[in-house]
Amino acid sequence: MKREGEVRIPSGCAIAAVISKDGNRMSGQKIYECMKPMHDRSNGLGGGFAGYGIYPEYKDFYAFHMFFDDRDTRKNCEVFLKERFEIVKSEIIPTRKIPQITNEPDIWRYFVTPLKSMMEKMQTDEKEFVARSVMKINTEMKGAFVFSSGKNMGAFKAVGFSEDVGVFYRLEEYEGYSWTAHGRYPTNTPGWWGGAHPFTLLDYSIVHNGEISSYDANRRFIEMFGYKCNLQTDTEVITYIMDYLIRVKGLTLKEAAGVIAAPFWSTIEGKSDPAERERLTYLRTMFPSLLVTGPFSIVLGFDGGLMALNDRLKLRSMVVGEKDDKVYIASEEAAIRSMEPDAENIWAPTGGEPVIIKVKDGAY
Amino acid sequence: MSIRYIYPEFEVVRNENRCIACRVCERQCANEVHSYNEEKNVMISDETKCVNCQRCVSLCPTRALKIVKSDCTLRENANWQNDTIKEIYKQAGSGGVLLSSMGNPKPLPVYWDKILINASQVTNPPIDPLREPMETRVFLGKKNGEIERDENGNLKCSLPPQLELSMPVMFSAMSYGSISYNAHASLARAATELGILYNTGEGGLHEDFYVYGPNTIVQVASGRFGVHEDYLKAGAAVEIKMGQGAKPGIGGHLPGAKIVGDVSKTRMIPEGSDAISPAPHHDIYSIEDLRQLVFSLKEATEYKKPVIVKVAAVHNIAAIASGIARSGADIIAIDGFRGGTGAAPTRIRDNVGIPIELALASVDQRLRDEGIRNTVSLVVGGSIRSASDVIKAIALGADACYVATAALLALGCHLCRTCQSGKCNWGIATQRPDLVKRLNPDIGSERLVNLMTAWRHEIKELMGGMGINSIEALKGNRLMLRGVGLNEKELEILGISHAGE
Repeated sequence: MKREGEVRIPSGCAIAAVISKDGNRMSGQKIYECMKPMHDRSNGLGGGFAGYGIYPEYKDFYAFHMFFDDRDTRKNCEVFLKERFEIVKSEIIPTRKIPQITNEPDIWRYFVTPLKSMMEKMQTDEKEFVARSVMKINTEMKGAFVFSSGKNMGAFKAVGFSEDVGVFYRLEEYEGYSWTAHGRYPTNTPGWWGGAHPFTLLDYSIVHNGEISSYDANRRFIEMFGYKCNLQTDTEVITYIMDYLIRVKGLTLKEAAGVIAAPFWSTIEGKSDPAERERLTYLRTMFPSLLVTGPFSIVLGFDGGLMALNDRLKLRSMVVGEKDDKVYIASEEAAIRSMEPDAENIWAPTGGEPVIIKVKDGAY
Repeated sequence: MSIRYIYPEFEVVRNENRCIACRVCERQCANEVHSYNEEKNVMISDETKCVNCQRCVSLCPTRALKIVKSDCTLRENANWQNDTIKEIYKQAGSGGVLLSSMGNPKPLPVYWDKILINASQVTNPPIDPLREPMETRVFLGKKNGEIERDENGNLKCSLPPQLELSMPVMFSAMSYGSISYNAHASLARAATELGILYNTGEGGLHEDFYVYGPNTIVQVASGRFGVHEDYLKAGAAVEIKMGQGAKPGIGGHLPGAKIVGDVSKTRMIPEGSDAISPAPHHDIYSIEDLRQLVFSLKEATEYKKPVIVKVAAVHNIAAIASGIARSGADIIAIDGFRGGTGAAPTRIRDNVGIPIELALASVDQRLRDEGIRNTVSLVVGGSIRSASDVIKAIALGADACYVATAALLALGCHLCRTCQSGKCNWGIATQRPDLVKRLNPDIGSERLVNLMTAWRHEIKELMGGMGINSIEALKGNRLMLRGVGLNEKELEILGISHAGE
């Protein structure tokens, strides 16, 4: 049977997220427990989380979370890493042996900083250098996979139900100002850990529910710019699109949302503000191949915030709620109630309407 | 009397019980097949002149006529087939190059028919175009501008020149001269009503049609007929015609007999003189020369209009297209070997060039491999026959399609493939006033609008089935296609999987 990446596997899902606008750090326990009421939205073939603000003591270093098939692969990969980065710490990511999670690969993390000489040689800035290095490992090194590569954040994922994955990774021992979660319902799976979500690049992480119909149009466009869609998943391609639009092209989050979930032409023409009309027309005309169609609800995590977004027809459920300094997002209200029984202002954002929540400056 | 080596290809079958000798067929046939025998009060036929254009059949009030293929055949021979032998007889008699019209009719593979389209089931929903918006609008032009902001951080929304189309289909180039005034009028009016574009071809733009300028592509071909400043500025875009799918590598020849009246005036050449377009542009012998013409035209139009470069699909098309993309062109139009023509040497039409499906797939992939696909739009023609061909072309990577034969069929053409005679009984490929007036532009444009409206509905249905509600999400979306009965090499070039994979 073909491994994920050699074949495209559609899947349905559950997503959830929480963020503190004041930058208060929360343990990872609530986020995995909130996946329990949405158990039936997953089928045990993939679950994962991303936490932001979890490595304050190493916040200036890129945290690479990696899967290795075996020891030799790891040794080879470490040689590659040492050629490009200074590694300040490397360790096995602590896990808990539980019967629900089996067949784990070797799971390591490295806190690294790029070597200046290498960056100069490649004439790239730091982020581009890191992104290219990650892409190189994931494309060229069989048996090695970087599943998280941002600063002061990390992804944790596995084959299993997400609530079990949280226990497996001992997430209650981490504290972050925001968390995202994903439970996967693939229609078939070769059971590869790298295929679970969230998918990340640098500090961008995406959890996603849906099966986009524009996949190959998006993939073939974004691959022009050095990205390689090794997993053939929607989540992966959306992550690269967001990285390209925001980091490379310099769009704002709202503008990027106006590209991937562009309003219908009729909606644009109905806008009363001519500047708004012009802006939306410009974005749609400039980036037509990055329009994402078909059902999706996503939560994009980034340094200092979250953005939730539905496809423009709202073909997937997603609700948002608030309580004090916290904002909650989930596929179902039940998950929000599990995290905060007294959540207020629960609403369902309309299709294509981005919900952007940022932590106060300086609070993370 | 000399020996007639060739038995007529068609037989005129007249049902004497139905024929009322009204002589409509006689009046309608410019080829003079039908005549009236007063003595016997019957209609008689001369099949040697029949081209099977079906005009008489369509207008016979009692349905007394039909044209059938003659069953008088030469002895069967798999190597020396009927057509081959007859062509030899013709050449032995005339000493000339054989001429043909319209697209290549040979039984070569039609890849469109070996490609199947996807639909959504269970894991994502199909979308109902009757209930939800379904967008077919496309913009053609460069999309590689840098993001710029003003001092307040607002986006500067300036784009390179774009063509806006309500659907990804345009009427491709057919010159005034090769087709009639009324045919052009029909195309221009229909394009305007549909929110798409038509193309003047290389014969200039009749002064009556400047009013349709916003929906017109003006062509600059190797003969430069009818090209002047106002002409360039009249259109929404300028197209440099380097080649044509039906006759790659050769120019054009409109016989002096068709250079009459307004055709002569519009082409800016004397009445009765042959209009001969050279095989190359004599100011373009290489790619760097093309760049100069592209920028000359941009200068002349003040960088306000996209420049299209149209080429025939030939063996090295991917590299050629890459060169064109780097020469400043905003749009590349590729014409496949099945594309139509008003007249072409038969040997060239039937043997030169490659299928548009393969050309499109390899060009799109090559431009992506080089990271320059968004610097240029891709328009393909050369036998786009239906809405499903359009869908398949877009999914392979085209931005839009050019159609011409389908448009002529809508105007009444019956594909008799004798445009070169200038005696088109349907008033399309002729300049004879008595024939031209048979094509009523009111009806012609309405039929074109109907055809495109029908295609647009079908495009929406097919898109909705795939769960795609905007045409840009289909562009280059090759996962939506599967091949049937194709070998691995063909699948590799098309960049698609086989059905069942």
